[in-house]
Amino acid sequence: MREITFQQALEEAVAEEMRRDSRVITMGTDFTGDPVKEFGPARVRFTPISEAVLTGMGLGAAGCGIRPIVNWRMVTFSFVAMDQVVNQASKIRYMFGGQADFPVTYRCTTGGGIGLAAQHSQSPYSMWMHLAGLKIVLPSTPADAKGLLKSAIRDNNPVVSFECSRLAAVKGPVPDGDHLVPIGVADVKRAGSDVTIVGLAYYVQEALAVADDLAREGISAEVIDPRTLVPMDVETIRSSARKTGRVVVVDEAPSTCSAASEIAALLAEDPETFRTLRAPIRRVCAVPVPVPYSPPLEKAALPSREDIKSAVYEVLKESLRPV
Amino acid sequence: MAIDKTELTQMLSAMILIREFDELAIQLRVAGKIYGAVHPYVGQEAVAVGVCANLTDRDRVTSTHRGHGHCIAKGADIRRMMAELFGRVDGYCKGKGGSMHIADFAVGMLGANGIVGGGLPIACGAALAAQLEGQGNVTVCFFGDGAAAEGEFHEALNIASLWKLPIVFACENNQYAANNAVAVQHPRVEIASHAAAYDMPGVVVDGNDVLAVRAATQDAVARARRGDGPSLLECQTYRWHFHAMRAAVPAETRPAEEIAGWKARDPIARLAQHTLAERALSESEIDAIRQRVKNDLADAVAFAEASPFPDPKDLLVDMFAE
Repeated sequence: MREITFQQALEEAVAEEMRRDSRVITMGTDFTGDPVKEFGPARVRFTPISEAVLTGMGLGAAGCGIRPIVNWRMVTFSFVAMDQVVNQASKIRYMFGGQADFPVTYRCTTGGGIGLAAQHSQSPYSMWMHLAGLKIVLPSTPADAKGLLKSAIRDNNPVVSFECSRLAAVKGPVPDGDHLVPIGVADVKRAGSDVTIVGLAYYVQEALAVADDLAREGISAEVIDPRTLVPMDVETIRSSARKTGRVVVVDEAPSTCSAASEIAALLAEDPETFRTLRAPIRRVCAVPVPVPYSPPLEKAALPSREDIKSAVYEVLKESLRPV
Repeated sequence: MAIDKTELTQMLSAMILIREFDELAIQLRVAGKIYGAVHPYVGQEAVAVGVCANLTDRDRVTSTHRGHGHCIAKGADIRRMMAELFGRVDGYCKGKGGSMHIADFAVGMLGANGIVGGGLPIACGAALAAQLEGQGNVTVCFFGDGAAAEGEFHEALNIASLWKLPIVFACENNQYAANNAVAVQHPRVEIASHAAAYDMPGVVVDGNDVLAVRAATQDAVARARRGDGPSLLECQTYRWHFHAMRAAVPAETRPAEEIAGWKARDPIARLAQHTLAERALSESEIDAIRQRVKNDLADAVAFAEASPFPDPKDLLVDMFAE
């Protein structure tokens, strides 16, 4: 299978969907390559830096039969459009009683670890999950990035595609042809029996690296990637937790009201899963500070492989204690 | 240009219906038959009706928190509007939206909006869709003087002009943003003056003169249909009642002489006088319109009251499309 980067996979997804459906248009301040050459200036729109109007335009055009992709570039900039995201996009279909569909895709990069400091190193997944009305995808591999973004563009709802900055240059195999990954289906990235590590985005890759290390120590870790945060494939995560009895959730957002917290709660409040747990669920998250610039400070703020490994050791140790 | 009797009758009927619908909504809210907030459009009827007189079902509008008038003028069914106020399943939003979120996509009414300025970006999106469709359809974005202080207003005018979107920005300057006078909110009280900065025509029109509004909109709509881009139309008008009510009618805070002055320029009385003077309609024909409006509203209330409340088991229906 051919190998391409995460970023290339995303660009392929957009180009393929634009070829497939003439209603798909894309709007942003900047594009990789020269999509205007293939699709023309009517469908590839260079925009002013006006996030609020772009976000609402995507929604309004979607309600009139167009399938816009709005590229915020970084999640940071989406905050300038909070009215359109929070008051409009996440509520418009429901509050109008389902009269119309709004097939708009919002794309942005997320996450820290690349020296961009506080404003440009954010992972606010849970803020958007909280809105109840946006679908949210968060891929960790080039194949998932392509397949999920294609599904997002074809979905008849507002979908937010969170694209982790630290994964942009990561290469991986991507199937040829019309490769789709369904929204709302988690993936077992590595099967194991002693502990479940649920990772998000970049931390799926980190969890896999940690799982390799642990395997050399005789510890079998299962790595689960939710891939979609709304709707969450809770059954796949619960099945894994019931099998291993030990769960570590890794997320580069701070733990307070985070996606990691939501996953932990979804496991703990399910009686069947709760009864199979052999240790308390552990969250490995960022320290709750604005992500700092200086490399040693940034490293200290974000989860590390060592943090993940320590959490695994702790849940293993905890489960040995008599009840 | 002379306007025929049919159109004059339609405009007068729509204006009277809008007024009586909202006067009734106030009574229904006081009586506890409907819920939430009511933002009456009374006094501003000439704006919605004069603007929408230039539109077809394939043209689209976005509205505001004070949206009942826009719905009626765009051709929405008052029975389904009333059922929505009553929170019933036959309402436009199946009882999920209420007064501030009525929409009727079938007639191009893309929704009221509880956020000042929130409809401006959505309207630009509808105009972008129309531009891509290439059928010559236009979008009208209704908003108030208060919205001109929002960032979304400036972003919308900028991109609409840049991309020559087929849109008319119809500002209803009713002199107050919520309870603050326009001069407290803007260094220049003429909202149309913003048009120059965005390189589009800016026109001020007497928003209590439906024929003037209709004529000014005609020019702006024609420009948009030709592909020449947006216009900013400022309709100067006045709301007769409060900004918003919930359980009780709030106390009036505006000067009595100001209110009296605007009421003397009642847009409905002015159109009625015009039709009488032109001998387009007789007193008895106007009385017949009033009677028909009364009957239609009684019918709408009966329809709403006969409609069931939504079943709580349907709480999650309409969250996501298939």
